[in-house]
Amino acid sequence: MPYVVKRAGFYALVVFIVLFSIFPFYYAILTSLKSGTALFRVNYLPVDFSLANYTDVLTNGVFPLNILNSVIVAVTVVAISLFLAVTAAYALSRINFAGRGLLLLTILAVSMFPQIAVLAGLFEMVRWAGVYNTLFSLIFAYMIFTLPFTVWVLTTFMRDLPIEIEEAAIVDGASPFTIVMRVFLPLMWPALVTTGLLAFIAAWNEFLFALTFVSNNSTRTVPVAIALLSGASEQEIPWGTIMAASVIVTVPLIVLVLIFQRKIISGLTAGGVKG
Amino acid sequence: MANVSTSIPPTDKSLRMETEGAKLKSDLSRQRLRSAWLFLTPMILVLALVAGWPLVKTIWFSLTNASLSNLEGAEFVGLRNYWEYVDYGDGEGEYFGLLFDPQWWNAVYNTVYYSVISVTIETILGLAFALVLNAEFKGRSFVRAAVLIPWAIPTIVSAKMWAWMMNDQFGILNDMLMAIGILSSPIAWTADPDTAMWAVIIVDVWKTTPFMALLILAGLQMVPGDVYEAAKIDGIHPVKVFWKVTLPLIRPAILVAVIFRALDALRVFDLIYVLTPNNTQTKSMSVFAQENLFQFDKFAYGSAASTLLFLVIAFITLFYIKVARLDLSGRGK
Repeated sequence: MPYVVKRAGFYALVVFIVLFSIFPFYYAILTSLKSGTALFRVNYLPVDFSLANYTDVLTNGVFPLNILNSVIVAVTVVAISLFLAVTAAYALSRINFAGRGLLLLTILAVSMFPQIAVLAGLFEMVRWAGVYNTLFSLIFAYMIFTLPFTVWVLTTFMRDLPIEIEEAAIVDGASPFTIVMRVFLPLMWPALVTTGLLAFIAAWNEFLFALTFVSNNSTRTVPVAIALLSGASEQEIPWGTIMAASVIVTVPLIVLVLIFQRKIISGLTAGGVKG
Repeated sequence: MANVSTSIPPTDKSLRMETEGAKLKSDLSRQRLRSAWLFLTPMILVLALVAGWPLVKTIWFSLTNASLSNLEGAEFVGLRNYWEYVDYGDGEGEYFGLLFDPQWWNAVYNTVYYSVISVTIETILGLAFALVLNAEFKGRSFVRAAVLIPWAIPTIVSAKMWAWMMNDQFGILNDMLMAIGILSSPIAWTADPDTAMWAVIIVDVWKTTPFMALLILAGLQMVPGDVYEAAKIDGIHPVKVFWKVTLPLIRPAILVAVIFRALDALRVFDLIYVLTPNNTQTKSMSVFAQENLFQFDKFAYGSAASTLLFLVIAFITLFYIKVARLDLSGRGK
């Protein structure tokens, strides 16, 4: 095969990959900028620039509140799981104790739990604790997937740090807590940012618990709010508004992911866990 | 301690240091051990509360007659939710319970079908993407960033985006396929029983192939470059190099990616729930369980379905840990 043909074939593949990856989101943006009957004409290139759908979704209804709820839940979940995970990961990676392997195995097993397996039990617990229909129920429930993941990734990261870095601190008689806070934490910012971001995305996107533990429109998080956006009648699905809402909640994620691209790739491969 | 150290002649410095060192070391390791458990307790407590106890409760509910309105008064009924023989007298009788419920088996079939097909396509496509991304070319970092976009988009958003693209009347997918002559008339992708499952698979492939590609790419980048150089010098055809050298070397990376994806696919809920609501052709085990728990007021029955799904996934996980021979000692790989 001549070189030129080969090269052209390769670049055709590259173009296909890029189109495959970005076209659906591009089309969602395109749709979100259409209003009225323009929605029902198929266009491949942008022709309409109407912000009506955006003003509609941001001013009518509770969608801004839903965004706030999602931010509160995701930020709290990330903060709590990182705090618990850093100290736990130190113990799991730097201290020899009986039962460490078993504990790591349990954590890995929990990270693979199907959410549905704990749904009934968690539902009873949430109702018993009186947090049904509040954001606390979600903050608590999301620990099931963020905590094992952060512990696992941070353990892998800390395990690879050389022994020398804590030797001096041990000789100086620093307590383990001081060692974690003063010696490890400053070294771990890159790992913390990556795991925090991955945990944030997981909490931001979660659907099953959010659907089950919250039934009040103004307490819902964005995935459920988008799934339940409906028009005046059954037949009238407000596609323009749905796309506008989708773009609003996705753009921040895409920006974050593109900024932390390299770190995310290494975090994903280290954890081997889907965010 | 003071006595011991003074009795040791000052000349024998090394010996004294050794005993003091050992004492110091055991003090230290005791202190470190104590703090290890102190550090671990909050995490273990949270995991026990959020995973352990609810799992036990779910299994318990599956052995009771619990209903949504009466969780507290649930009574133990044995395995009746899974398996029950009702004797009608005169030798006639009928089996009931999850294991005899055609709808459950339909959900099992759907889930397995969906998992096998989507993971297979994602692996092949992900491998192709990874091979492209592993090559040197202009704009590679741009392509790599583009590939991350589907992964970053929330599942619900991708379900909605694709539901719109697959709309029977105004969808761009029908428009495209009709323009290039593959379709002669529009298809109701998500509603038509023949295409609903394929609609789900298409969206899943779109969303998850990047993840597969990145995991496989990480494996590819560990293959030393001189392997390829040696093959090139020997004049071996690149296709042969791929099958004989590259593929065996990245097999572990692919294996890990496949199992993670498979476990994820087996518990699929949101994509199916949003893209093809109330469709028997796509209903997965998770959707079946959730419906019984919270929509049909068959809480105990839904719990039984959840328990069975858990057992299936637990079995596969154990199998995976055995096959992949994961290093769980906590020491370096």
